[in-house]
Amino acid sequence: MPTGEWLQREASKMDIMGKFNKLDKTFKVLVIALIVLMVCVPVGLIASGTAFGEWGPDELQQAVGYVPTGFQQLTGLWSAPLDGYDLPGNHPDIPTQTPGYYVSAIVGVLVAAAIAYGIGKVIIKRND
Amino acid sequence: MHIPDGYLGPTTFITMYLIMIPIWLYAGYWVQKNLRTRQVPYLALAAAFSFVIMMFNVPVPGGSSGHAVGSALVAIILGPWAAVVTTSCALLIQCLIFGDGGITAFGANCFNMGTVIPFVGYFLYKLIAGKSSIDSYRRIAAAAIGGYFGLGIAAGVAGFEMGIQPILEHTAAGVPLYMPYGLNVTVPAMLIDHFGFFCWVELIVTGLAFAYIARNSPDVIFNYKSEIEQYSKTDANRGVAPA
Repeated sequence: MPTGEWLQREASKMDIMGKFNKLDKTFKVLVIALIVLMVCVPVGLIASGTAFGEWGPDELQQAVGYVPTGFQQLTGLWSAPLDGYDLPGNHPDIPTQTPGYYVSAIVGVLVAAAIAYGIGKVIIKRND
Repeated sequence: MHIPDGYLGPTTFITMYLIMIPIWLYAGYWVQKNLRTRQVPYLALAAAFSFVIMMFNVPVPGGSSGHAVGSALVAIILGPWAAVVTTSCALLIQCLIFGDGGITAFGANCFNMGTVIPFVGYFLYKLIAGKSSIDSYRRIAAAAIGGYFGLGIAAGVAGFEMGIQPILEHTAAGVPLYMPYGLNVTVPAMLIDHFGFFCWVELIVTGLAFAYIARNSPDVIFNYKSEIEQYSKTDANRGVAPA
């Protein structure tokens, strides 16, 4: 890697840390709490059951004996890139689901924060 | 509580979008009018926090699962209208990137989790907190109870939206086209799962995070200053009254 590029990258990293240090203590603690939650996120995989009213067509077929026709038309309307907070492929157990769950937590946190930050930046002008 | 595509018929999901449009617009207006630029990072943090907290699935006996939402906490700290914005951001991503909650049901989900929870949570908090000081146990209990009932009542509302489907949308022969279970099943199921289990997570998260913020930097709380002014004014009035 060329030295100039490396220096630039290191400098921008330090700038992020500099910005972080300038924030108030409460915000920093909350960011750390958020990161701790993200690290612990696989705990959420232990509950494997489907939530009430979120069953797929197969589960509905099993429960009531048929798949309602309107349901059939709307289900699968959208295929999400990280469907079910998992990477594509067959992951039957917690160890194989964990990488996808971590990726989902990171992507979700960054994109959710970016959108809310963007909205805030655009609409909030008060500075008093 | 993320209603997927296929459970709500067009009558319901279009109605829920129509209800949400003015709520989103007013929420944007409120945020613009009441929040300051220094609170923008908190807005981002709130959306991220909501997203992560919803990944912590809690199992319930009988094989079902569910989670807390965290939007009562955001409502108490940044205001219920700001919570509409941050929760809607988290729900949008869950729907588009992770297939959690339907596209057609997005309006309904934003109403249940992004509007009912914040407003019920916030008003209960205000009601119970009364004029107690910001670092009092009463105020922490108020926040925790706000979280508990905010989530539970929203679950009941979601159950109601699903349970009216067999009445609203069915074939000529009466076979349901969308959610096949009626109100007698959906409402109790949602209420029991939530009040019995997930609401306790919401209670703990809301209480703990509120206690930390209230005791360390209460100035982050959106109406902190105006509340102090209001209370000191009433105290002053009391002092003057006997004269």
